[in-house]
Amino acid sequence: MRFAVVQFGGSNCDRDTYHVLADVCGVDTDLVWYKNGLSRSYDAVVLPGGFSYGDYLRAGAIAARTPVMTEIVRHANEGGLVLGICNGAQIGSEAGLIPGTFTLNAYPKFISQHVYLRVESTASPFTALYREGEVIRVPIAHKEGRYVATDDVVARLNREGRVAFRFCDEHGNLTAESNPNGSAENIAGVLSEGRNVLAMMPHPERASEPVLGSDDGVKIFNSMIAYIEEYGRRRAI
Amino acid sequence: MKHDVTITIALKEGMLDPEARAIQHALANLGFPTEALSTARLFRITLDAADATAAREVAGQMCERLLANPVIHRYTIEVE
Repeated sequence: MRFAVVQFGGSNCDRDTYHVLADVCGVDTDLVWYKNGLSRSYDAVVLPGGFSYGDYLRAGAIAARTPVMTEIVRHANEGGLVLGICNGAQIGSEAGLIPGTFTLNAYPKFISQHVYLRVESTASPFTALYREGEVIRVPIAHKEGRYVATDDVVARLNREGRVAFRFCDEHGNLTAESNPNGSAENIAGVLSEGRNVLAMMPHPERASEPVLGSDDGVKIFNSMIAYIEEYGRRRAI
Repeated sequence: MKHDVTITIALKEGMLDPEARAIQHALANLGFPTEALSTARLFRITLDAADATAAREVAGQMCERLLANPVIHRYTIEVE
């Protein structure tokens, strides 16, 4: 089993994500410079956080149109797992891996804080180790993280159980106050139609060791590993 | 033949424009109350195309492929 963490110019959570995968979860992981492309097949690709291309034009817009993303879209279309975290989520939405988009926060400033998330669906390769309705504590750090989609798309995501996480308070209540960026229906993480892509604004890699104050996020990576161990590569759930 | 193209990208009607809201608030603080304010982004591009129709066609593709995000944006193209 092998994971890839793709580095774009301006990625800055690439090594944190690598550390969690390689050192905490113990899975073979390559840091892949975007210009080198995917030189081999991977079981999972992680698009890490950061500020690819300086967030020019729109966060993630330019990175989403690089050749490596064409390869990653192909990997996803074949059922391969893709996890987009923060800027990686923005890149994933710009590349069309999930519907909707992440745009300027309702209060237009950068927010860096721990938030609570409610696990909305455990029926995915990313969330299988959680309990449905479980409340986890994970940090966010973004200025363009407000999830926007048409009402039809949001309704479809709800119907198909493709909202992985919602922002909530510590008791799991979905309130306006606990929705830090004004996302539609408190949505913090979205699954693709095939459920093999998760785009999420919160940073699970920053909450994967007790020394960081929370290790609630590590189950995402461990869920992916367990899924690949059980089903092998490229089998959509 | 060279054409000057102006592309304006704006949020779709009804989309929340947090930046505009902050600017409107700041203007009000300076004694300039406004009834409405929205922001847009303007690109001035010079390109080679056979005629104005072809230039508009290419500019449209630029919007669809990169400059605009169809989820939130609408765009207008002017060709000189």
